[in-house]
Amino acid sequence: MAEPAATVNDETAVQAQTPKKELGPVFKLAGGPTKWLDDRIGVAGLSRPFLRKVFPDHWSFLLGEIALYSFIVLILSGIFLTIWFKPSMSEIEYEGSYELLRGLQMSEAFASTLNISFDIRGGLLLRQMHHWAAAVFVAAMLTHSLRIFFTGAFRKPREINWLIGVAMLTLGIINGFTGYSLPDDLLSGTGLRFVDGLIRSIPVIGTWAEFFTFAGEFPGELIIPRLYMVHILLVPALLLGLIAAHLALVVYHKHTQYPGPGRVTGNVVGYPVFPVYAAKAGGFFLIVFGVLTLMGATMQINPVWVFGPYNPAEITAGSQPDWYMGFVEGGIRLMPNWEWHIGSTTWSWNVAIPGLGLMGLFFGLMAIYPFVEAWVTGDKSEHHILDRPRNNPTRTAFGVAAMTGYAMLWIGGGNDLVATQFHVSLNSVTYFLRVAVFVAPVIAFLVTKRICIGLQRSDRDRMLHGAESGIIDRAPSGKYAERHRPISEGEAYTLTQHEDLPALLPATDTDGFSVKEIKREQRRRKATRFYFIDTLRRPTRAEIEEAAHHHMHPMHLSGDGEHHAIEAEVEEEHHLAK
Amino acid sequence: MSEDTSHGHPGTEVATVDEERYPVPDPGLEEHLPRLTDVDEKAADRATRQVATFFGLVPILSIGFVVVYFAVPGDAWVDFGPLRANSRNLLLGLTFGLALLFLGIGAVHWARKLMDDKEMIDYRHSAASSDDDKNYVLTELDKVVDESKITRRKIIGRTLLAALATILLPMIVGLADLGPWPTKKKRAETIERTIWAPGVRVVQDVTFKPIKPEDIEIGQLINGEPANLQELHGSEFQIEKAKAAVIVVRMDPNTITIPPSREGWQIGGILCYSKICTHVGCPISLWEQQTHHLLCPCHQSTFDLGDAGKVVFGPAARPLPQLPITTDAEGYIVAQRDFLVPPGPSYFERDSRHDSP
Repeated sequence: MAEPAATVNDETAVQAQTPKKELGPVFKLAGGPTKWLDDRIGVAGLSRPFLRKVFPDHWSFLLGEIALYSFIVLILSGIFLTIWFKPSMSEIEYEGSYELLRGLQMSEAFASTLNISFDIRGGLLLRQMHHWAAAVFVAAMLTHSLRIFFTGAFRKPREINWLIGVAMLTLGIINGFTGYSLPDDLLSGTGLRFVDGLIRSIPVIGTWAEFFTFAGEFPGELIIPRLYMVHILLVPALLLGLIAAHLALVVYHKHTQYPGPGRVTGNVVGYPVFPVYAAKAGGFFLIVFGVLTLMGATMQINPVWVFGPYNPAEITAGSQPDWYMGFVEGGIRLMPNWEWHIGSTTWSWNVAIPGLGLMGLFFGLMAIYPFVEAWVTGDKSEHHILDRPRNNPTRTAFGVAAMTGYAMLWIGGGNDLVATQFHVSLNSVTYFLRVAVFVAPVIAFLVTKRICIGLQRSDRDRMLHGAESGIIDRAPSGKYAERHRPISEGEAYTLTQHEDLPALLPATDTDGFSVKEIKREQRRRKATRFYFIDTLRRPTRAEIEEAAHHHMHPMHLSGDGEHHAIEAEVEEEHHLAK
Repeated sequence: MSEDTSHGHPGTEVATVDEERYPVPDPGLEEHLPRLTDVDEKAADRATRQVATFFGLVPILSIGFVVVYFAVPGDAWVDFGPLRANSRNLLLGLTFGLALLFLGIGAVHWARKLMDDKEMIDYRHSAASSDDDKNYVLTELDKVVDESKITRRKIIGRTLLAALATILLPMIVGLADLGPWPTKKKRAETIERTIWAPGVRVVQDVTFKPIKPEDIEIGQLINGEPANLQELHGSEFQIEKAKAAVIVVRMDPNTITIPPSREGWQIGGILCYSKICTHVGCPISLWEQQTHHLLCPCHQSTFDLGDAGKVVFGPAARPLPQLPITTDAEGYIVAQRDFLVPPGPSYFERDSRHDSP
């Protein structure tokens, strides 16, 4: 029988007069303006998909956040600095409060930097905050990209985001260099001189590139204003656009997550944006901002008044660029002095190879790696669960090898400091590093791969034999053995949810394919053997059940979602009772 | 036996189904364990007080910043053992920095201890567009192309392509005045010459005092400049200095090799070399008296000044150019002429066949 239609009765009418919920004063106050906005731009509709969006939680996800927040600090502190900085190479006599330089001829750029440091209240704090934030920005981006690399987060569908990241890392390094060159001090001016020599050395177009960059001979009078434009306008604009795209893609793809119980490719488990994630992320922004401010307050950096204004005939021993340029500096110091003199031309390989080639190699390898690995594995599926680095030993080994090569170059960038601090021969350090740059990464590759496989073995051990309990039993025969207890189902799932990527034998069924296609496929298969032949296979369900049975630790792999660890403990007790 | 946890969302259902892919099936989300602050009211109150304290300190620190800004003089110093800091800078940074830090810590503490920490599940969608969207777009695009009439009137497309390809040309060509063009003539006027000329005195850097040979001892190095550098100012001064800077060294003639062609370039063991490294242009002056080696501090190129400035170590590829010197009527050291080769870093059009004697 049909239900009677709902009728309006007096009760409902009375209820409609009073508000449904008692709202606090803030919400009441915000009600009016919010409605005004919503009437015009549909605020509710815009916020709906994001209000309770889920973000997984892990400390390693904070690295990208540190990069983002230090970038915001750079923008804010940078805006303040532009209020007082003068990007001009015109010569003036210094009349500020730093006595030791008073009366000296210097560029307006340098003088205004001294002004900010000594005569603007909070100026030195701002300068130091800005410089520390730049160092942290590049470091965070590099560490973040290492995390992305080692967890395989660059795999489909995130390859574009990886490329955006490589671009941002490049731009960050460029902006750091242009930034610290702006004060036109002795140290950064020396760096600019290096860049002048580098540009000049490019075969065929070098002098043209040099004259176009410096508007004539070095140093000229336009390089500082030009670097200023690049530093405050061009690169920040590009970075802002790329950051927006980078974050938009993270929102679209949803964040990746580490493997764990309940976490599958098709879901994302975590906390909602409001209130938890917003509080944590917003709080973390303030923490990063606070730490950078404290660094600017307590840790001196770039004391340009000690260096003095740029003078092309002066230099200080132990001159070093900012840390992120260290690997290029190392390359240029370690490179043998190869130069071709062909007829009346000079081909300066000693400068062009490390100067351009290294940067190109570093960023180029970073950029193509996802596509190389995708080609090798032939994997076309989407990946949203992160890899544990040990489960892809070859990739991890490549990453560590790259880090090692980078480190060798970085140490090379300070070869004179290594020599003076450790009382070793400068020449020996240089010759050693020339070899180490090639040999150390190979050693690192081999060692890392074995360590990863070792870790996979220990995972397998845990799966099949359980965890060590710390309790030692002594058998009547006198033999000692450590008792093992079963691991939780959650952990067992985590240890075995990854994919076994196959090492393929050469193809035999090659009908219907061109010679070129066959060759390519055989090459790919050879690559899979290189990548995966040593990787441990996961234990099969049969092996796990057999091992559990053997150890009298029955893990019920019935897939009903319930945990059976407690039952296993009971079984253990039975075992003890025997 | 196995349940489908997919809720209709693709990619979620396989966890419990495929035995080979998942030897251990997904046991589902772990049980949510309450935090101490969830069960213990006293602990929650304590956490609340902590958050409120962190937030409460921020106004105090912010006002402290303002007080320091106006009250602390700029020349006040504070010592920490061997370290010394400007008081105002330090206090401004501590107040502002701690204010930011406490605000952040308070927010994070609030989230971690008090806010509901039950994990939520959201479901992913495939990164690719739906078939529906793809079909719609392809169909409509076909219509778009048809409606534009470009396929029928192919010449529109061809001329459009040519137009678009060339419209950027004005913008690119507009960059051609970024700097003077380094033609052969321009190079000869700029990077291939310096202000050294016959009779120009070699003077000390900074003081511009002229130098007499008898005032130089064996083993000594003097940083030198051309006397006519003083007439220049601003960027012209810097440009010429970057090419013309020299060093004057005195060595025992019996311990060095002077090539026959350069016998007349020196004054009894006093030689003058370019100070600008032939690697990438840093000014060199780490002088090793015993070995006669000159070490560049930038990338450690080492030149043997007792052997025509030959490179003995490091990445520099060409010897250090030598400036022929003599004495003038009053006995001061002067240049005989400009350098015979362009000093400074290499470039493509440089004829490097005449650098060695």
